[in-house]
Amino acid sequence: MNGLPRRVAVVGAGPAGLYTAQALLNSDAALVVDVFDRLPTPYGLLRYGVAPDHFKIKSIARALARPLKSPFARFYGNVTVGMDIDADDLSRYYDAVVYATGAQRGRRLDIPGEDLPGSAAASDFVSWYNGHPYAANPLHLESTRAVAIIGAGNVALDVARMLLSTVDRLAGTDMPNHVLHALARSRVMEVFLIARRGPAEARFTTPELREIGELPGVETVVSASDLDDVIVPPDDRNAAGNFEVLRSWAARPAAPRAHRRLHVRFHRRPTRVTGRGSVEALHCADPRGVHTETLPVQAVLRSVGYRSTPIAGLPFDHRTGTIPHDAGRVTDPSGNVLPGLYVVGWIKRGPTGVIGTNKADAADTAKAVLADLPGLPRATHGEAGDLADLLEQREVAYVTREGWERLDRLEEELGARAGRPRVKVADLSMMLAACRGGRTPA
Amino acid sequence: MPYVITERCVGQKDKSCVEVCPVDCIHDAGEQMMIDPIECVDCGACVPVCPVDAIFTEVDVPAGDEGSIIAARTFFDTESL
Repeated sequence: MNGLPRRVAVVGAGPAGLYTAQALLNSDAALVVDVFDRLPTPYGLLRYGVAPDHFKIKSIARALARPLKSPFARFYGNVTVGMDIDADDLSRYYDAVVYATGAQRGRRLDIPGEDLPGSAAASDFVSWYNGHPYAANPLHLESTRAVAIIGAGNVALDVARMLLSTVDRLAGTDMPNHVLHALARSRVMEVFLIARRGPAEARFTTPELREIGELPGVETVVSASDLDDVIVPPDDRNAAGNFEVLRSWAARPAAPRAHRRLHVRFHRRPTRVTGRGSVEALHCADPRGVHTETLPVQAVLRSVGYRSTPIAGLPFDHRTGTIPHDAGRVTDPSGNVLPGLYVVGWIKRGPTGVIGTNKADAADTAKAVLADLPGLPRATHGEAGDLADLLEQREVAYVTREGWERLDRLEEELGARAGRPRVKVADLSMMLAACRGGRTPA
Repeated sequence: MPYVITERCVGQKDKSCVEVCPVDCIHDAGEQMMIDPIECVDCGACVPVCPVDAIFTEVDVPAGDEGSIIAARTFFDTESL
């Protein structure tokens, strides 16, 4: 055994990957950690998923930045595993590889008309309003008066809040300017939140549900009959809290002067989306298919969960949408551990939980890595050949920590000039130029 | 609005909350765990993992437990001096 530090790669610089890097760096083991991301920026869904008006949650970035500041860690941004490098490359250069690639794709409803223009995964809209460099706005907000959002979780509430907020309210966020301008031209007046099950089963968390009821100028409409015969399990405090909020909405007097309305509908099963050329209506049935309702909407956003995508060279369970594992160690279809390969976050446990859930999850995976490291063979290309050389050979314009910090500072400067906390740069070539230290874009 | 750990934590101190707090703002305050109300980012990750259901947002603290809000504010103000 020689005394050189062990080399660990973490693929994905979102919360799960960065908490894992931190847990590894916190240990006494002699190791270095390289964190890869397909984007030039770290933080994953914290930066591109969490709603821009949730400032306190966004501030978790300060905690996530910690491992990247370590002298024993490096950041390789703008590197796509599966394109620029593959799983085999990583296993040649690192003793252990932890996959934290998350779940990017929105689940489908599998109903007719789902792919009409104006119908999209809510996650596409979320990526767009957060300035994701690969995202385009799936909605034509200037010609959309009513939107149906299918789903009863916090993402559905985030999307509804973005559509219902005044631009004044959003001007204090880090949204890119083109997003703010598009939202300013929005004609959306009505948002329908469509829950397939009842109020007691809704997955909203109570503070987020309450928050949308407090938006200025927004009337929240829920039918009292939807709240009849609801049985809230006595030990489910969140469901009880949600039910209280919904009851208070049902009891509110009508607000004819509200400029925008949120309609919450329970027990509605979407059956099809129709329209000539683009969305004109969403059709719903009750769970027994008895009563049907046609909602005249010009857009449908489905917020019914996320799906992970497989990683070439690694096992994947298509039924659960995750990589099979044993305590974080990747396993083959017969359940045998594949040495040196690990998973953490949504690709490990599926798309559930909040950001903090990943910290506990990361602690578990890091524990497995640290327990195994002394017994793992050293990577063949570990010491002499640096992966940076390989990336340069392949002409991959990777972004270092210093590069990301330049972009980070630029976004803060753009924010300071506009009296905002930050203004995100969403254009990939501009992001990369900023990372290289090029001229400041105007 | 920050979360508060009520006295239900006394004698428990299970600390599952510490494992999931994304900003490490939950500290051992002697008899019970306490959330630093300044550092708390209002995410609620700690709520479902508490085995004794001791954690609430400040507005949702049950009647009679309001002392926990003051206790946390006092504890962390004192600490920072």
